[in-house]
Amino acid sequence: MIWLNYLPGPLIAAQDWWPDMDLTIWTYEAPPHVGAMRIATAMRGVHYVLHAPQGDTYADLLFTMIERNKTRPPVTYTTFQARDLGSDTANLFTTALKQAYERFQPQAILVGSSCTAELIQDDPAGLGRALNLPVPIIPLELPSYQRKENWGAAETFYQLVRTLAAPAKTDAADAPAKADRAPRCNILGPTALGFRHRDDLAEIRGLLTSMGIEISVTAPLDATPADLARLGEADFNVVLYPEIADNTAQWLKRSFGQPFTKCIPIGVGATCDFIREVAALSGVDASALLADDRSRLPWYSASIDSNYLTGKRVFIFGDATHAVAAARIASKELGFTVAGLGTYSREFARDVRTMAEELGIEPLISDDYLAVEAAIIEARPELILGTQMERHIAKRLGLPCAVISAPVHVQDFPARYSPQMGFEGANVLFDSWVHPLMMGLEEHLLGMFRDDFEFSDDAAPSHLAGEGARRNETDDSKEHTPQDLGWNDEAARELRKIPFFVRGKARRNTEIFARDRGLTMINLDVLYDAKAHFGR
Amino acid sequence: MSTTIPRPHLDRPILKERGQREVFCGLTGIIWLHRKIQDAFFLIVGSRTCAHLMQSAAGVMIFAEPRFGTAIINERDLAGLSDANEELDRVVDQLLARRPDIKLLFLVGSCPSEVIKLDLSRAAHRLSGRFSPDVRILNYSGSGIETTFTQGEDACLASMVPVLPDATKGAAPSLLIAGTLADVVEDQISRLANDAGFGDVHFFPPRRAHALPPIGPDTHILLAQPFLTDTAKALTERGAQLIPAPFPLGAEGTSLWLQAAGEAMGVAPKTLEALIAPKRARAERALDHYRPMLEGKSLFFFPDSQLEIPLARCLSRELGMRLIEVGSPFINQRLMAPDLDLLPEDVMLSEGQDVDKQLDRCLAAQPDIVVCGLGLANPLEAHGMTTKWSIELVFTPIQGFEQAGDLAELFARPLDRRTRLVA
Repeated sequence: MIWLNYLPGPLIAAQDWWPDMDLTIWTYEAPPHVGAMRIATAMRGVHYVLHAPQGDTYADLLFTMIERNKTRPPVTYTTFQARDLGSDTANLFTTALKQAYERFQPQAILVGSSCTAELIQDDPAGLGRALNLPVPIIPLELPSYQRKENWGAAETFYQLVRTLAAPAKTDAADAPAKADRAPRCNILGPTALGFRHRDDLAEIRGLLTSMGIEISVTAPLDATPADLARLGEADFNVVLYPEIADNTAQWLKRSFGQPFTKCIPIGVGATCDFIREVAALSGVDASALLADDRSRLPWYSASIDSNYLTGKRVFIFGDATHAVAAARIASKELGFTVAGLGTYSREFARDVRTMAEELGIEPLISDDYLAVEAAIIEARPELILGTQMERHIAKRLGLPCAVISAPVHVQDFPARYSPQMGFEGANVLFDSWVHPLMMGLEEHLLGMFRDDFEFSDDAAPSHLAGEGARRNETDDSKEHTPQDLGWNDEAARELRKIPFFVRGKARRNTEIFARDRGLTMINLDVLYDAKAHFGR
Repeated sequence: MSTTIPRPHLDRPILKERGQREVFCGLTGIIWLHRKIQDAFFLIVGSRTCAHLMQSAAGVMIFAEPRFGTAIINERDLAGLSDANEELDRVVDQLLARRPDIKLLFLVGSCPSEVIKLDLSRAAHRLSGRFSPDVRILNYSGSGIETTFTQGEDACLASMVPVLPDATKGAAPSLLIAGTLADVVEDQISRLANDAGFGDVHFFPPRRAHALPPIGPDTHILLAQPFLTDTAKALTERGAQLIPAPFPLGAEGTSLWLQAAGEAMGVAPKTLEALIAPKRARAERALDHYRPMLEGKSLFFFPDSQLEIPLARCLSRELGMRLIEVGSPFINQRLMAPDLDLLPEDVMLSEGQDVDKQLDRCLAAQPDIVVCGLGLANPLEAHGMTTKWSIELVFTPIQGFEQAGDLAELFARPLDRRTRLVA
């Protein structure tokens, strides 16, 4: 078994990092070569020749269907079959590479393997070099059995930049001195198939331009290899998505001395922090911009109408960047209570741990959606901010949900302008997180007139016709009263008068209260004693 | 409409291509198989790519907890730090403990498990010893290096053939209809077969794992799907007799399919004809509705499901469409002969794929409608072409008389849409 000696990466570190064979149904991240495809597809003039069996071409549909791209991703797959194994898979790779170069005429070519090709060790890097093509061949080593999509995207971007980026030309006679020109930055991170990357980019470009900052190169989205060569010409880098661009920004800092931004401008507070950070890096005065009342979120959140949002329990899960940003907005800008916070990005778990500590909760670092579902049930949230996975969990539990992070679905590429970043992004977040909730007065009326035959407990919020119309007693059926504790009829009937969205919590609190006092039967008094004890 | 069968033209020229194949692997068959066999679970032994394919390929996340999952091999298994077989046993224990309703478990091989030569048949045997009789454990490969899209169903059904019970000696002849059909289609066929006096009729795969159809020399096999090369071979090796027939698409196709079955089952042609004539007439009326939209329109098939040849036959003969190229991932000339014989002489058949070259041909030919996979559809639409997802033809009930109109509608809709959109 030849592959035994081959496996990349430090195995010892891996032992306490990765569990053994995992049973999974849904996965938060694709394999790392799909991350590489996100970079190749975002750029122009780059082609990716991927050694992969037939079937791996499914990844094309992520771009052409989920993102509705009008062109196929710039990827040529070797699509080897069983009969090719052991005979000429290497040859197949060479032919595919040669033909891809001739047909697509790219300025740079990425070469690599998917999970299966990694096992057959054909060495795409060596085969690529041997062809002596007149364009850079950039080999990718993406360990499929160890790493995942975001890591693959970050590594690919880093390899492209390492190979192609050059320092600023200091001797160019026509280059104006730094003091005589506007401050200049690059924007790093937006990719294909990113969660709202296109709109975020438009928003941040607008913000930077309004500060009088010149944007030199944006990458990888819409950049060419020639653009990457100009990265060194900027004074600093703006990193929008650390999962994609952090290691590249670190390298640019080490190599060209370019500082980079750490604030992620999601939410009003974070956007202001970002503006201050950019101002400090560029020497621009941003006080006017900061004084300007640009977002509606603070006022909408302060308006009396939003009182009912106070203390709503939210469960947040996503990539680390979006999860941390959401936690800050939920707690500081909307007045929610963050009941749970987690991420599937192990590489950036530290940021999530820090935020969770600040909020006084236990972080959940996991890519097992069953563990996430269990944590959500345990946290009894009233709103879930998550990924497509959590949207499905929310649907099952009958809870409202807004999507804040990849993994994405076709509906996460809305036709309308819908950024998450900047001031307009904050407006979008207010709308999309508050919209799924039952409005304040409606909540009260439901509580008061529970038995109204039309206006019943099973009704979905009135502005969401159709959605959740079949809301039933999910919360009750999920909760099992322990056998040593009972509810008398009167108390059970009273419990049913509590609106469904808080009933589960009321039941649990009452049972905890009763057990703590050694009671075996819950009557009306116990129910209301518990209510007085816990508050809302 | 003529139902006379022209002389078979053997050795039809077929363009055989090798190159990049833009097709799904056989694992995708699980998407419909796990709904069909209601107490079966499909455990893919593979990589993160396999798991990601399954959740991306068909938007299957609508199912709360589907009856499939992936045991993801990781580097510890590969490096021998953990015994992959022990790991697999642990995963199966965990799975069956959580899903006591599962009576049939398929261990499904993938590209990586095949390349590292993980012996899933031994694993299935070992695990069967522990879990039988409560759970039967079988294995097959849905890997992309061995199977293309619908060949996954073929491999799955073939893996079940050895455990089918022997038909009782001397029992009356029985009919086994092989290939997944929608429940509604099965019910229609059952009623018709019953009325016609076909005798004992079984469907394969069954809806329940214990309802395995018996097989023996008096079993006649009628294929409902064209992609069952290995299954047909395994069934005939157990003595069953294969009924050659075109596939049951369209009014004509369904008639010929039923007539072939009737003949094998000894039903008088007159009796059968009396029964199917009104149904055929109804199907023809349904087709008439769409013919004005489809007649004379040109059609180009990219290879995908192996349904391409029977579909081309139906669309050209029953709806008057013009065939430019009929691509199929694999052409079994023997099983496909009755359909091939009904295709126009001048049609270009292609087997295998070199997707860039095929796209060049398609763009040059400018067909009125293109049948292709999910990855190619939007780029072709952006070129101004009208497309139809081939996977939709696998997921939608299109077989039988009552579905003939639905089949035509699937092709009429994208053309209709084009005429409605102004901008």
